[in-house]
Amino acid sequence: MSRLELRDVTVRLPTSDGDVPVLGSTTLTLTEQRIALIGANGSGKSTVARLLNGLVTATTGQVFVDGLDVATDGAAVRRKVAFCFTDPSAQLVMPTVVEDVALSLRRHHQDKQRRRTAALGVLEQYGLATLADRSVHSLSGGQRQLLAIAGVLATEPDVLVADEPTTLLDLRNTRAIGDLLFGLPQQLVLVTHDLDLALRCERALLVEEGRVVADGAPTDVVDTYRSRA
Amino acid sequence: MSLLGLYRPGTTWLHRLPASAKLLGVLVASIVVVAARGPISGVAALLVAIGLAAWSGAGLRLLFRSVRMLVVRAAVLTAYTTWQRGWERAVEVSTDLLALVLLATVMTVTTPIDEVLDTMTRALGPLRRFGLDPERIALAFALMIRAVPTTLDLARQTGDAARARGLERDPRARLVPLAIRSVAHARATGEALDARGIAD
Repeated sequence: MSRLELRDVTVRLPTSDGDVPVLGSTTLTLTEQRIALIGANGSGKSTVARLLNGLVTATTGQVFVDGLDVATDGAAVRRKVAFCFTDPSAQLVMPTVVEDVALSLRRHHQDKQRRRTAALGVLEQYGLATLADRSVHSLSGGQRQLLAIAGVLATEPDVLVADEPTTLLDLRNTRAIGDLLFGLPQQLVLVTHDLDLALRCERALLVEEGRVVADGAPTDVVDTYRSRA
Repeated sequence: MSLLGLYRPGTTWLHRLPASAKLLGVLVASIVVVAARGPISGVAALLVAIGLAAWSGAGLRLLFRSVRMLVVRAAVLTAYTTWQRGWERAVEVSTDLLALVLLATVMTVTTPIDEVLDTMTRALGPLRRFGLDPERIALAFALMIRAVPTTLDLARQTGDAARARGLERDPRARLVPLAIRSVAHARATGEALDARGIAD
């Protein structure tokens, strides 16, 4: 597994009222295969997740992925750490299903035909092959999220950070995406409101008002969250 | 639904034509259509565009459905231009507009965006010596094409939201949320490209 480290990290984000602290001084080392980040809306759990891919920059402190500093080795870190958003619509940037996966593979395959073949292989792997030439607009919510995940996993990263990937989905698709995520060989950092998914992880962290207030076995952390909610 | 930016697989002659030839064709056609004066050239350009649209295999009915809102706007434009500048100028402007949109749609319907990206990256290669990244410019172009159906979708959603609140006649209720959501979508797209390492 990769070693994800936050060393004395704080994050302040600019707003119209000046800089607002969104994450207080946080030091963490994450080495488990499945890690859940839970907490209320606006608690700072997505900020922790975004730090791991460089989408948010630490105001102070440092973030490392397998020893690579996210601030200075951003490109190398993003090759290792894939990120999946809550709303897949923003993540799908090409018109058709196969083209979106092929976009991820542009750096890996210069040849167009090989790229398309590789993209079709990825779609086959995730059960999306029959939708290859469909418009991403015409997909259902579950299919879009599946495609978004397939798109970021096409480059075979070591870690997948998923920010509430099931929040917009119905029960059936939540189960399907959950099963997919927990069947992946990659290390998974899962930001979620779905406590059933959190309980399937090896470690959970509860984030409250920009601080990690509980960290440990998911059953204990979920109990703490329920008692404080 | 707009077909602009949406590739439809097929085996027609237009599908087999290299993307470079189609991009060049649209560029030359745009210059010729704008430069040529008079209603006859506009009507001729529109007929050629309709012929190519029929040839593209995307289905004429579907293509026309995708540009029907534009046809309505072109009709308004025709009426206004007739009043201001006479019927000949009105026919020229509206047929030029429709012909160019149809030609662009035919190009994107018959060309995978991946091919457009490769072609543009090759064509813009010489810009590397000036410190520009052709891959990024080509990606920006592809995203611009992709933005057309997305923006139309957002316009439909904000229109529905305005109607649901009984504000369908209030332009602010339609345009302000559309502008905000378009900018938000653009930011989210940029963030997604960053997250996928495509902008690195």
